[in-house]
Amino acid sequence: MCGIVGLFLKDKALEPRLGALLSDMLITMTDRGPDSAGIAIYGPSEAGAGKITVQSADPAADFKGLKAALAKRLGVAVSVTVRATHAVIAVDVAKLDETRTALKELRPGVTVMGSGESVEIYKEVGLPKDVAERFKIGAMGGTHGIGHTRMATESAVTTFGAHPFSTGPDQCLVHNGSLSNHNNLRRELVRNGLRFETENDTEVAAAYLSHKLATGSNLGAALESGLSDLDGFYTFVVGTKSGFGVLRDPIACKPAVMAETDEYVAFGSEYRALVNLPGIETARVWEPEPATVYFWEH
Amino acid sequence: MPTFDLASVPLRDLNQALHAVGAGANETGFEVINPRGAHAVAVGIDAPVRVDVRGSVGYYCAGMNAEATVTVHGSVGPGVAENMMSGTVVVKGDASQYAGATGHGGLLVIEGNASSRCGISMKGIDIVVKGNIGHMSAFMAQAGNLVVLGDSGDALGDSLYEAKLFVRGEVKSLGADCVKKKMRPKHLALLADLLAKAGITDVKPEEFTRYGSARTLYNFNIDNVDAY
Repeated sequence: MCGIVGLFLKDKALEPRLGALLSDMLITMTDRGPDSAGIAIYGPSEAGAGKITVQSADPAADFKGLKAALAKRLGVAVSVTVRATHAVIAVDVAKLDETRTALKELRPGVTVMGSGESVEIYKEVGLPKDVAERFKIGAMGGTHGIGHTRMATESAVTTFGAHPFSTGPDQCLVHNGSLSNHNNLRRELVRNGLRFETENDTEVAAAYLSHKLATGSNLGAALESGLSDLDGFYTFVVGTKSGFGVLRDPIACKPAVMAETDEYVAFGSEYRALVNLPGIETARVWEPEPATVYFWEH
Repeated sequence: MPTFDLASVPLRDLNQALHAVGAGANETGFEVINPRGAHAVAVGIDAPVRVDVRGSVGYYCAGMNAEATVTVHGSVGPGVAENMMSGTVVVKGDASQYAGATGHGGLLVIEGNASSRCGISMKGIDIVVKGNIGHMSAFMAQAGNLVVLGDSGDALGDSLYEAKLFVRGEVKSLGADCVKKKMRPKHLALLADLLAKAGITDVKPEEFTRYGSARTLYNFNIDNVDAY
């Protein structure tokens, strides 16, 4: 099963409510997968500012003194906002790679969940309600976001097996389904220089799209090429800094329903996920076609 | 007429009330409000009741229906009227995957579009779709009639047995062993009857093309034709 949701706002007035709307959508999908839950949220970005979301199994020890240690190592101002097991490190966007290298040395127990100018990623084992509460997702604003509640099939139930997966700057992907050619594709992507954190099939799909985006494709073209290169069952919802995409495999047995109004584009595994959205009664509601790329850009 | 507000009443109360309707009951009209995408609304009815669902529902609405008339004033999720035995199910909006799957009898009318696998493995149900249907519809369909006023997606009628398929619009592709067939007077009469039952008056049977099994994939014996 698995439940996935996505919300892409067109109306700025809704931006302060993004986290509340998205976590409500995800909680509605709890019974599609109770193993773990995650949300990627694209918040406001400032020119030149970058951020890295990190996770630690021992946040008290790992996040203590992290700000000072990083500032000293990088020679620039850094801020660290701790949210339970995660922390968001804000730093000059030009220093993102350097910060990741420094993190490996300074805090080897810390894992990077995602980085970029806009995205923050929170995921943990547990129910969507508990995960949303732990990270206070409901209080977050932003322009778009995606969420996932997992019923594990292809890899272990751990924080790192939870979705969304992020394999490139401001990119993330959630998946309902299972891929059958992920081992081979992973080997090919490794030869192209991509690195993997897990044995998970979805991480391969994310890395595949990151590779396509890094080699000149836009999101629509990357998804289009995925139709011939990814084998298996999938409904994907994908986020980039300014974009939001949906793709279903040609068999399309994994459910999907979308709604669009002048205020937003929304995705849910089921219609139930959409019923609390403002104006849903008059929204255009449809089932996305199989093997058809949908994407929206701000 | 009893009204069940699913925003405040558990789904099980509704379905148990519907199952409790006995022969000769006075209460035969039910209304369901605020379904909000709920699954399994009005499943397993076995009495000639009328149920009006005001809003959109999730999986398996009116599954296993016998005798009842269920009208959904909204759209339905996957598996509407799955394994229906008799009665009528009307969807005013769109239907998701496998509408009317494995249905044995009765009439399913979808006033909008149906997505993939509409009528998969149908066993005697009649399905009338006013809009389009998705890919792999009527896959392994054994008996009954599928009428589509719009277009069909890929692989219509793949591995078809003896169900009859009538499509008014374009068929993107036919599945294995499904072929275009000649429309005979008895088929036109059948189609006229199905359209009338579905309340469709502005479309003529002559506008449709009939599709059926080429009978090369299964062991068809003409002596057994009455069994379908």
